[in-house]
Amino acid sequence: MKEYKTVTKIAGPLVFVEKTEPVGYQELVNIVLSDGTVKRGQVLDTSDDLVVVQVFETTAGIGRDSGIRFLGEAIKMPVGKEMLGRILSGGGKPIDGGPEIVPEKRLDITGAAINPYARGNPKDFIQTGISTIDGTNTLVRGQKLPIFSGSGLPHNDIALQIARQAKVPGSTESFAVVFAAMGITKEEANHFMEDFERTGALERAVVFLNLADDPAVERIITPRLALTTAEYLAYELGYHVLVILTDMTNYCEALRQIGAAREEVPGRRGYPGYMYTDLACIYERAGIIKGVKGSVTQIPILTMPGDDITHPIPDLTGYITEGQIVVSRELHRKGIYPPINVLPSLSRLMNLGIGEGLTRDDHKKVSDQLYAGYAEGNDLRGLVAIVGKDALSERDRLFLEVADYFENQFVRQGINEDRSIAETLDVGWSLLATLPEEQLVRIDRDLIRKYHPKYRKE
Amino acid sequence: MEVKKKSGILKRIAGPVVTAVNLDAHMYDVVKVGDEELMGEVIKIDGDNVIIQVYEDTSGIKPGEPVTNTGLSLAVELGPGLLTSIYDGIQRPLEVLVEKMGNFIERGVTAPGLDRSKKWDFKPVVKAGDHVEPGQIIGEVQETNKMHRVMIPPNVKGGIVKEIKSGSFAVDETVIVLDDGSSYPMMQKWPVRVPRPVKEKKNPKIPLNTGQRILDGLFPIAKGGTAAIPGPFGSGKTVTQQQLAKWSDAEIVVYIGCGERGNEMTEVLTEFPHLDDPKTGKPLMERTVLIANTSNMPVAAREASVYTGITIAEYFRDMGYDVSLMADSTSRWAEAMREISSRLEEMPGEEGYPAYLAARLSEFYERAGLVDALSGSQGSVSVIGAVSPPGGDFSEPVTQNTLRIVKVFWALDAKLSQRRHFPAINWLNSYSLYLDQLQDYYNEHVSPEWNKLRSWAMEVLQKESELQEIVQLVGSDALPESEQITIEVARMLREIFLQQNAYDDVDTYCDMTKQFDIMKAIKVYADSAYAAQAAGVAPAQIISVKAKSDLPQIKFVRDYKPMLDQILKGMESEFTTLRAGA
Repeated sequence: MKEYKTVTKIAGPLVFVEKTEPVGYQELVNIVLSDGTVKRGQVLDTSDDLVVVQVFETTAGIGRDSGIRFLGEAIKMPVGKEMLGRILSGGGKPIDGGPEIVPEKRLDITGAAINPYARGNPKDFIQTGISTIDGTNTLVRGQKLPIFSGSGLPHNDIALQIARQAKVPGSTESFAVVFAAMGITKEEANHFMEDFERTGALERAVVFLNLADDPAVERIITPRLALTTAEYLAYELGYHVLVILTDMTNYCEALRQIGAAREEVPGRRGYPGYMYTDLACIYERAGIIKGVKGSVTQIPILTMPGDDITHPIPDLTGYITEGQIVVSRELHRKGIYPPINVLPSLSRLMNLGIGEGLTRDDHKKVSDQLYAGYAEGNDLRGLVAIVGKDALSERDRLFLEVADYFENQFVRQGINEDRSIAETLDVGWSLLATLPEEQLVRIDRDLIRKYHPKYRKE
Repeated sequence: MEVKKKSGILKRIAGPVVTAVNLDAHMYDVVKVGDEELMGEVIKIDGDNVIIQVYEDTSGIKPGEPVTNTGLSLAVELGPGLLTSIYDGIQRPLEVLVEKMGNFIERGVTAPGLDRSKKWDFKPVVKAGDHVEPGQIIGEVQETNKMHRVMIPPNVKGGIVKEIKSGSFAVDETVIVLDDGSSYPMMQKWPVRVPRPVKEKKNPKIPLNTGQRILDGLFPIAKGGTAAIPGPFGSGKTVTQQQLAKWSDAEIVVYIGCGERGNEMTEVLTEFPHLDDPKTGKPLMERTVLIANTSNMPVAAREASVYTGITIAEYFRDMGYDVSLMADSTSRWAEAMREISSRLEEMPGEEGYPAYLAARLSEFYERAGLVDALSGSQGSVSVIGAVSPPGGDFSEPVTQNTLRIVKVFWALDAKLSQRRHFPAINWLNSYSLYLDQLQDYYNEHVSPEWNKLRSWAMEVLQKESELQEIVQLVGSDALPESEQITIEVARMLREIFLQQNAYDDVDTYCDMTKQFDIMKAIKVYADSAYAAQAAGVAPAQIISVKAKSDLPQIKFVRDYKPMLDQILKGMESEFTTLRAGA
């Protein structure tokens, strides 16, 4: 293989190389330092006189004397069944002291788009045991449902609880977790690892760790390696894979860093204009395929800078993903776990996975009624602050109580409490029963007669 | 023009934009890029450099690989076989691609938009010796339950028919020969960036009924009109677009999933074949053409998808059909333009969008309209574009430039969707500029009372918003009695009329008669309530009239008339009792 010694410029994570033979766009690059260390990179821009290489590690040690080798292929991930139970670096190298992965296949990490015609319809209800998800923002197989959180909020605990408890009721199919950490602290990583080990989840998990002090640019490939592994487990081995990506905010920061180094015209708040497309190429890798056994379900986690949901990272994510679970600082301060605020939360695929034969026939309408009741009660809290409780009408006072009841009974649950969907809906009904029946305008009479505690006792 | 150097070589590759040299090209020529012959389009010519946007992934392509110019513009194939199809942004049939390259979209595979092997039964409607004009209908093919009218292309001369065939043909077999020797198959090609010509554009006078109460009832769009639905994520753009695709009384629906989610397209694909068109009783899929260029598919093809869609819509319009086109989302289209523009290193306009954003948007929406087609029939294209403003901020360039062109604005509101008021369309910010044009239609086809009833409802809702400001400060008990009733009536309008459950089998579609009946029932309650209050009945008693609490239920009942009569009777007798007691 030819080695070029024609580096002309190094800027941030980018290395500019001159006078090469034709090099392919996105080709993998090895950079050989004078001491023999090899760093990896990828071609970002290629022309007959200049090639721009993005280095996945720190550029420390790279100089004009470094050798550049073009490997003639895009980045590939070696995959195999024995990856389950392994811990890899953010660049895909084993870091658990175990042997190298013996690849059964080497797959392109970019991953082609699933043909929309080949996609299966996501409709298998995943029970997470968390009422605010199962009851009001249901997750289904093949969905991408992010957790929008803020610094200092227990999003990791929620993600772990989901990873622990998630199951498709009545299904015995094999299940795996792919966990990709991007720029999280060693402490957070330990928290995840301990929980995985304690619950035995590690055996059916593949872990990718890019920690806070690992090179930022490596974060660009970490989720792609994780998803390539997930797709292999799902579509070739038939696993139902849950992919947890944390923290997407760090990923986007890395994207911005590269954009800035390339001197691109920045979009909103300095993030590159193609961030929507770039994120879509990660999130859209969730799904199920007609006639293929496995599935890829994604739970990306991101911390909203300044808890601002209109910040480009949560904003673009929300436009791509099928809903969002929003973690609220206010509920967290009230000491409620999991502090999920259902009002801004949403699951777009919920209606495909619930109802008769899937969960229960009253699910949709109970959920709507709970939302409406809580929203109204929550609005009234603002009013109470101004005019006092006494100025409220009888009806308003009832709704005010509904909001408190909702937070304390429906939202609040134990970190190990695994509620079945029937339990979740029944908590909902016991709350609705505190309202006069004619206020339940979103539920038809037949369902009220079937599930309202008043009629069920008789 | 003669193209001398039909093939050149690649000089630079950076993402979806590549540069070629030694190539003769004109703007928007379609070229084949690299050894794998990826499809691309010329978007800039700078001296010797020809800059090309590539519709497929460019990984691995090297400088020095060949580029060939086809000398043609990006065009779609129009003919029998369009309906029920699902295409990507450059009209590659996705179903065929699955057969050719499996479940994932690989590159370098082409497939014609229309199936050449399929035979269609062609029945001529002109005969030898007739004179045919460009755009004239020459025959018919029963495509689905829709009759496909085969036309002479609009950009040729026409003439005397020398021979016309009848029977079973593939789309590319000649069916007609004219006296000047020209011959035409059923299929025609049309460049997507050029609007198809018409005789005359007219002002629309008939509403596009959608079965959605807030749209038909308060902010109607006309057949041949334009509407925009901007809203933050999660406010229900896609559900509204899909409801329109399902229930609007257009004859043909073109649905463009432009840079959106793959699973949403799957939803349409699974759902539509099982849903029936309320007008014809036939599966909705039979009137639908889908274009799916999801967010992770190549960005240049996303830019083209909107043009591909509108050209197909225009083609059906030319046959005399009412077509509605949904584009979800035009913001992703604008972003595709931005991405390409920034790779061209063009001087950016507002928020990095190219300076020609406004021009492109208006050119697109102007392709809507009610027209006298060249064929002599009347047809229309209604365009409904979703807009996804970053952070839900309507002051951003795509929303603002769209609002300058469209006549109907359905403003989605995150606050409404958070309290599960669906469709989450804000009734105070939305508007329709077609109301005056449509009045006659409503008088004639719904009820002479309708226009007044609508204005009354808008007034009540407007009044409520003013009263709510007072309530926020002093509580509802402090309001005068008549205004307490106004608040209650407005609540009924919101909860009964405006809210509609897209997932309920019955409520998902509400025809104009039922819309009228519901609104009328609320008005009856309001009139009786104000009368009772004037007679001295306490507001608390008026508000707790029992019969009205059943009113929301009629939304979920198909044969609602008996129930409604009962409610109205119950209301009347309760009010009589109340007034007697006062």
